[in-house]
Amino acid sequence: MFNENQFAVSIIVTNQSGVLTRISSLFSQRDFNIDTFTSGRTNDPEVARITITATGDNRKKDQLLKQISKLYDVKKVELMSPENTILRELLIVKVKASGDGLRTVLDAANVFRSKVVDMSPGSVCIEMTGESAKLDAFLTYVAPYGILEYCRTGLIAVERGANCLYDAKEEQSQTA
Amino acid sequence: MKLTGCQIIVETLLEQGVTTVFGYPGGQVLHIYDALYQYRDRIHHVLTAHEQGASHAADGYARASGKVGVCIATSGPGTTNLITGLATANADSIPVVAITGNVPFELIGTDSFQEVDSIGLSIPVTKHSFLVKDIKDLPHIMREAFRVASSGRPGPVLVDVPKNIQLATLDYEPQPPVEKTPDQKPDETLLKQALELLKESERPLIYCGGGVINGNCADALVALAEKADAYAAFSMMGLTAMDCRNPRHLGMNGMHGRFVATKAFSMADLVIACGVRFTERATGNKAKFATNAKIIHLDIDPAEQGKNIDATLPIAGSLRQMLEYLTAHLPQKTNTLWHEEMEAEKQKVAPPHQTEGYLQPHQIIHAVAKKAPADTIVATDVGQHQMWVAQYYPFQKPRTHLTSGGLGTMGYGLGAAIGACMATGKRTVLFTGDGSFGMNLNELATAVTEDLPLVVVILNNNRLGMIRQWQGLFFDHHYMATVLDRKTDFVKLADAFGAKGYLARTESELRHALDQAFAMASPSVINCIIPPEENVLPMVPPNGSLDDIITK
Repeated sequence: MFNENQFAVSIIVTNQSGVLTRISSLFSQRDFNIDTFTSGRTNDPEVARITITATGDNRKKDQLLKQISKLYDVKKVELMSPENTILRELLIVKVKASGDGLRTVLDAANVFRSKVVDMSPGSVCIEMTGESAKLDAFLTYVAPYGILEYCRTGLIAVERGANCLYDAKEEQSQTA
Repeated sequence: MKLTGCQIIVETLLEQGVTTVFGYPGGQVLHIYDALYQYRDRIHHVLTAHEQGASHAADGYARASGKVGVCIATSGPGTTNLITGLATANADSIPVVAITGNVPFELIGTDSFQEVDSIGLSIPVTKHSFLVKDIKDLPHIMREAFRVASSGRPGPVLVDVPKNIQLATLDYEPQPPVEKTPDQKPDETLLKQALELLKESERPLIYCGGGVINGNCADALVALAEKADAYAAFSMMGLTAMDCRNPRHLGMNGMHGRFVATKAFSMADLVIACGVRFTERATGNKAKFATNAKIIHLDIDPAEQGKNIDATLPIAGSLRQMLEYLTAHLPQKTNTLWHEEMEAEKQKVAPPHQTEGYLQPHQIIHAVAKKAPADTIVATDVGQHQMWVAQYYPFQKPRTHLTSGGLGTMGYGLGAAIGACMATGKRTVLFTGDGSFGMNLNELATAVTEDLPLVVVILNNNRLGMIRQWQGLFFDHHYMATVLDRKTDFVKLADAFGAKGYLARTESELRHALDQAFAMASPSVINCIIPPEENVLPMVPPNGSLDDIITK
């Protein structure tokens, strides 16, 4: 799933402006390398959930987790184990293709269980979700036909099973 | 009780027990200053010459008193001027609350007059910062600012209050002062492991940092040193945790530390690090640091553990609780051999270098110490004089040594000394250099206005001495921009500010000046002329070790 020294971290933060700045500022302050960064709302309107993938040795990883957990707006930080985590990324890719080439690209899209979201004379737009390696494989396959542009969201991550990262009530009772 | 945002700011300050604030007025804090006018019999506002001075004064106030220091500045340049002071406090974990005004909401983001992204600027240099967006949040944010600044590992907090929030009104209900969040309880199983290491150790060395001062647990540290029969070395920030006359006190270690303190790390079999973060200035080459020792690393901040050094046993939590647990459970140790070795090492200390015809730095420092009672607060600036003070001043009590250790801010000292003087009401000493003093000497005006018993001692070599030293040692004597030879007359300058100035070139001139200065209740400046070429020794070169130490 991951390259060597790559890891994913899930962070629950208060849903306020400026929080993303604080997290990304920490990365530049401490010289951490971000590979992907996603943020969005959750079932709890008070908080947002951030998923970061980063690269670094164990010392960097340990520092990153500790430094993030010190931030005032951070409610919870967890390192996501690759074995026990559902990791997904969304890709939209625009491929230059017509005639036979187009047919091959569409076949590949089908094999990769992706969705065609737009077609125009000379180009096709395909949407795909999956683990990053699957998206990489698809991009490698269609590259010879001419990729016009593509865009990836970065990973989001959720633990398998019933266990949840954050429960506001539980957290409150723990700190009380 | 319906109050405006400005009144709520002042009410919450009073609620937290604040009696003194340092600041500088301006367009976007006019209303706050109007509230300060209303409350002027309950809060003393100290007008500084520059916002940077206000931030250093709040910092000095906090270091001297252990309370939270408060400073106020306007938007834009007022806020940018605070930043160096906040970064200084942040690097040394000092609790400060900075209140800044900002332009009203409808102008934010329009590049309006004196507008700057205060929150954005504050992020890397504060523990946290709050932008008040709703008057309803203001009382809570003010209280949170004090709680966050003083809890756990302390640090500066900025509260940015746009003008429309200052003017909005709210029903205000007073509350008791906020309490610190209790420190995390240390893990007892880890403490038991630490006990085993202490029991086995025959050469224990306590390594004490600023966390012991911030955690107010110097007494607990001394108790553990006695029980473990340990020696103690100090980072500059931890220097006052033990009376320097205690034979266990080896002094500061590291780049300009005492030889015996640096040497002790290579001889110890166990280092008990307390509230210290192993910066490169203190350790030198980490691969050659404390190679024969296991390291127990006690700190309130788990992020310090594994950051600069990998300890054998890191334990996070309340430093006092950890020290007290270890002292209570450790049988009395006696390490006879260790005493013999360390006492022999102590004898090897070379006497300080003497240059004929000049007052020597150590001589000046000792002369001041002789005049100053043991609880006198001694502030410094940054550079050679700072190292000499750390090496020679006989500190006896915690919180008597105020210095910018982490950030190394030249120009820190005068503001900090003013803050300390305000906090204690007692005579305060500032050791500074001609370079550092030149940076923020405008605050002499503040000291004179407040009529503070402040003794400023300039160790004047007419050089940027520390940088000159490096140029001499590592840059083939290319003295670029460090030979000042300025024509500034510090005696006249002191007089111009309304302080009393003295020139000291000889021992008798120094004695006379100190007699006068220590008899006055108002500020004085003693310009001591020291040798221009003097180096701070010993010196472990950057990333060096004991093997590379320069002693002459």
